[in-house]
Amino acid sequence: MAAQVMGGPLVQVRDLVKTFAGRGTVLRKSKSQVQAVAGVSFDVLAGETLSIVGESGCGKSTTARCVTRILKPTSGSVVLFGTEISQSSQETIRPLRRQFQMVFQDPYASLNSTMTVEEIISEPLIVHGFPALEIKERVLAVVQQMHLHKSDLTRFPHQFSGGQRQRIGIARAVVMQPKFVVLDEPVSALDVSIQADIIQMLEGLQESLGLAFLMIAHDLSVVRHVSDRVAVMYLGKIVEIGTNKQIYEQSSHPYTQALLAAAPIPDPRVERARQRIILKGDVPSPANPPSGCRFRTRCFKVQDICSQVEPLLIDPGVGHQVACHFPEEINLITKRRV
Amino acid sequence: MTSHVDQPQSFLIRAFSVGRRPQVAFGLVIALFWLIVLTTVSIWAPYDPLEAVGTRLIAPSMTHLLGTDALGRDVFTRVLYGARESMPIAAAVIVCATVIGTLLGAVAGYAGGWVDAIVMRITDVVMAFPAILLAMAISAALGPGLRNGFIAILIVWWPIYARLVRGQVLSIKQREHVEAAISIGATRRRILQKHVMPMAITPVLVNATMDFGQVVLFLSSLSFLGLGALPPSPEWGSMITEGAKNFYQWWIAVGPGLAILTVVLGFNFLGDGLRDVLDPRSKGDK
Repeated sequence: MAAQVMGGPLVQVRDLVKTFAGRGTVLRKSKSQVQAVAGVSFDVLAGETLSIVGESGCGKSTTARCVTRILKPTSGSVVLFGTEISQSSQETIRPLRRQFQMVFQDPYASLNSTMTVEEIISEPLIVHGFPALEIKERVLAVVQQMHLHKSDLTRFPHQFSGGQRQRIGIARAVVMQPKFVVLDEPVSALDVSIQADIIQMLEGLQESLGLAFLMIAHDLSVVRHVSDRVAVMYLGKIVEIGTNKQIYEQSSHPYTQALLAAAPIPDPRVERARQRIILKGDVPSPANPPSGCRFRTRCFKVQDICSQVEPLLIDPGVGHQVACHFPEEINLITKRRV
Repeated sequence: MTSHVDQPQSFLIRAFSVGRRPQVAFGLVIALFWLIVLTTVSIWAPYDPLEAVGTRLIAPSMTHLLGTDALGRDVFTRVLYGARESMPIAAAVIVCATVIGTLLGAVAGYAGGWVDAIVMRITDVVMAFPAILLAMAISAALGPGLRNGFIAILIVWWPIYARLVRGQVLSIKQREHVEAAISIGATRRRILQKHVMPMAITPVLVNATMDFGQVVLFLSSLSFLGLGALPPSPEWGSMITEGAKNFYQWWIAVGPGLAILTVVLGFNFLGDGLRDVLDPRSKGDK
């Protein structure tokens, strides 16, 4: 891990809320509002990887876009490197962007098809006014680091495979040598054989640049492999956050437990022996979330209190926070209550 | 059609193979023909387009390929000279309309909000009238003449491009590569110039090519109705009016009619071919 000597965390997100207005008509403004992110708080420390997992539509990508200020949060605070940016203008944030970057999910859509690879990778440097000589040097260096060839620079994105394109996307994100990179499902659009490749490359970068990652993902095995800490989101809220070990071996929230139970384990004996939790129903609409605990409509432990009082994210142990009225640590593999 | 859509082909190879299709080749030949006529007709044209060169209303013969009109002018020469009347104005209309429409459409689509609302309401108002009626009203108010015809057509034509470009910009600005540009800190101007417009411009080029013929037709329609070009000038539309007056001398109207037909058809085919070159996803052959 990098020798980052700093006081507080690199990234501090507090009570982040992002509301999307529903579609209104000409005569009447729409009253329906969708709270995609409904009060999310977390820190990212220097050099660590925090992963956010959850089903599609739970607000994890929206959270990522609010942190990088592609979207403007409705309320709450986002502090990057000690600067509050949640409501700042793009012009104010621009100089800070040297230090935080983003890698996108879709390696096809996230590269401009009318630009050459060289133009794509050097664009951040051009935007931030680096001298021409340094741009050339840095682009060449990062291209080598990403196992691309020098001759690739004059080619266009459509001439590459998905894995290569994602490497181009990563090169664009790290060419300015940032300290913090948001990875929005960086491997979920790729073949499994290429995923490992990309993950390794990201880990290498983390080591050499001392990067902190905020990774959005839904593949639990990938998350377990790369994360230091994991946050589980459900319907716009974090329901459980803790270290890798706390989440994977001592999960306390019924939703986390259900998620883990749904992920297959590549060992038939363990797979047969382990406890199964099958959730009923679908994720409720974020336009009309359930009262009290948002997970109560699908929870196997639901009781009266769950519909009346919203459970807060509380800390039962060291850094392990759970939002549930009846938290209970279960190691799903051994079925033992811890 | 074989399905080698994803096969990367260079722009030139694609342009060449598309250009060899009979339809597109036809369009290309017609466009080139009129371009040559337009630039060189004064050198080799057999007669003067404005002077009587023979007896009135002679039927087509070897000396007068398309006969003569009611004033004894050579119809064939006048048809050739007609290209010099309509085509530069049509080109000017297309250029001005695409520039105005693209700028306003891009700004409206990218800025959104009240800017978008204002621009789009203006286009709504213009497009709410039948184009030919509005153009007639405008040129009637301004008085006849090709310059006023140009202004009238421009006014009814630019909203088409404004809408087209706005729609393109609206969809392109949602794409992930634009988010990526925001996240690296690109300015709004740079995003619009480098990440949105290069992709929005393709359909504009295709439409502009196809519309060229339409504008020629539109201008002739105005002249036919006595708005547009003034009498002595050899404009195709006004020549057809003369043909209508001398209905039994069919050659007077057929010449300019064929000229309009070939221009409209030719540029339509050319636009089709251009679309196939610029956007390999929609290969035009059935």
